[in-house]
Amino acid sequence: MAKKKTKTSSPAALPFEQPIEDVRSRLTELEELAAQTTHDLSEELAFYRERLERLTNEIYSELSSWNRVQVARHPNRPLTTDYISNICDDWVELFGDGVFGDDSAMATGLATIGRHKVLLIGQRKGRDTKERLACNFGSAHPEGYRKALRKMKMAERMGLPIVCLINTPGAYPGVAAEERGQARAIAENIHEMFGLKVPIVCLVIGEGGSGGALGIAIGDKVAMMENAWYSVISPEGCASILWHSAEGKEKAAEALKLTASDLLGFGIVDEVVPEPVGGAHAHPKDAMQIVKGKIESWLDELLAMPADLMLEARYQKFRHIAQVQSSVESQALGAASHRGVDTPASRLASPSEIHGEG
Amino acid sequence: MGWRLRRKKKDMPGGLWTKCSACAQMIYTKDLQENQAVCTECNFHHTMHGRRRIEITADPGTFQEHFSDLQPKDRLGFVDSIPYTEKIAKAQEKTGNADACLAGLCEIGGHPIALAVLDFSFMGGSMGEVVGEKIARTVELAEGKGIPVVIFSASGGARMHEGAISLMQMAKTCGALQHYRERGGFSISVLTNPTTGGVTASFAMVCDMTIAEPQALVGFAGPRVIQNTIRQDLPEGFQRSEFLKDKGQVDLIVSRNEMRDKLALLLSYAENRPKATA
Ligand SMILES: [Zn+2]
Repeated sequence: MAKKKTKTSSPAALPFEQPIEDVRSRLTELEELAAQTTHDLSEELAFYRERLERLTNEIYSELSSWNRVQVARHPNRPLTTDYISNICDDWVELFGDGVFGDDSAMATGLATIGRHKVLLIGQRKGRDTKERLACNFGSAHPEGYRKALRKMKMAERMGLPIVCLINTPGAYPGVAAEERGQARAIAENIHEMFGLKVPIVCLVIGEGGSGGALGIAIGDKVAMMENAWYSVISPEGCASILWHSAEGKEKAAEALKLTASDLLGFGIVDEVVPEPVGGAHAHPKDAMQIVKGKIESWLDELLAMPADLMLEARYQKFRHIAQVQSSVESQALGAASHRGVDTPASRLASPSEIHGEG
Repeated sequence: MGWRLRRKKKDMPGGLWTKCSACAQMIYTKDLQENQAVCTECNFHHTMHGRRRIEITADPGTFQEHFSDLQPKDRLGFVDSIPYTEKIAKAQEKTGNADACLAGLCEIGGHPIALAVLDFSFMGGSMGEVVGEKIARTVELAEGKGIPVVIFSASGGARMHEGAISLMQMAKTCGALQHYRERGGFSISVLTNPTTGGVTASFAMVCDMTIAEPQALVGFAGPRVIQNTIRQDLPEGFQRSEFLKDKGQVDLIVSRNEMRDKLALLLSYAENRPKATA
């Protein structure tokens, strides 16, 4: 793509979005001009609008894994707090783990989402510096996981379904977190969530960083936003282990197969929630409305299920989520026909080429 | 949550003398082996091979291996310095095992149990889908027979080369243990040096009882990751078993030479547990 000079460019534009920004600013200029002149610029305007749409489509249909990670972390992307103020008709925040303290990195509260009353749990990253520091940039401590579990058990007694919004780079790695049992806190959440007799829906809205994400991600419906990532380690963490620097993060992002479509292919997520073209950060309100509609329909579906069947299905799903075969010779790449598990075509796709930032 | 830990030579080489990585003393290798890889000078409990662990834990001649045919797969086509498939092949050649978990049925002090042992010598005991599957199947075996399950851990965590598939093993193993507990199960987790990452944050921390070997490194994040985050020196004894016991994270510490007898004793207390109702 040819480089173009541009006068204005949004500071939040990602490097690969620059061509889109260039056309957008040209369009803005024309629109301003059109407002001041009697000349008919409708043809030019239509041209640039069409071009903007086409270019956005083009670029967003060819995002590399690393591009998606960048989109998932975009500063304008809707966060848990945005979902709370945009898709909840009602919100009563509840605090504390009942034992040690409260953790701002894990928001919990009673919420009304359309026709459903729910317990909403969301990992909170914060938007400005002050908020980010208060939330440890979205990395919860053990009390955050224990707070979530305490509220989930309450929700079970209240007969409220649970909605978990996942957005964390990972659980906090620090001395205090270790002292208070970070590993056990996460493990207990995973363990106990299998037994909760109310529907649980989990949606990765941005970053699904490892055990820190999984600690609130055992559900009857596990979904990811189109541009979210979810894996065992961040691309930077993976690169620093493999190549002793964060420089190889693009390569690591490809190697980890961490995008929503990768995970759908592995059968790890049940559904990918589409984002408006150009990403949720470009059209936050539209993105959140799509999510709201999805949550409502998932809950309709799950609330119609008998609890014992739902629990058994939840267990079976994770029990067979990455099924190995009992066979000595099965080393074939991508050989993935499993007992009773459908094999999505995408799972059989050959590994994508390793390439850098687009 | 990578499987790599600090590159310390923990395995016992075949030389006449072995240098203890904890106290730096040269120990007569034969003495060390006879002492079950526990340093005769400083009592450090070195990481031991899975097979040897089974030998010193199960009553002689009672171990029957299960699920040894489960083979790892490279579903991601993961390549770092070498392809993951080559890494697997090397580890298999080195250890003679298909992956990092050995499992089966045995008796301890006459109590029939299902046993799973993570083998650190196979890619740092890291958990990919074979390890997760074997843990889950061992728990199911115990559930089917109405017997307790004992799991020995030694692991750097989830296996990065299997991406989100390895992460899901945390869910799978915890799910199996939850299912088992609801149906009258009784489980014991033994944490040995080192146990970190996705193994600590899943099955190793949700058993009914949590035992640790002395001085074992046990934690969620590795010490290096924490140090890089906080940029301070870590407190003395941080993430060691004794530290965990002080912080209320483990039920008891049991030395290796007492492990079999202690497990037998603990199992005897669970003999009259209520049976499954589900
Ligand atoms: Zn020593």
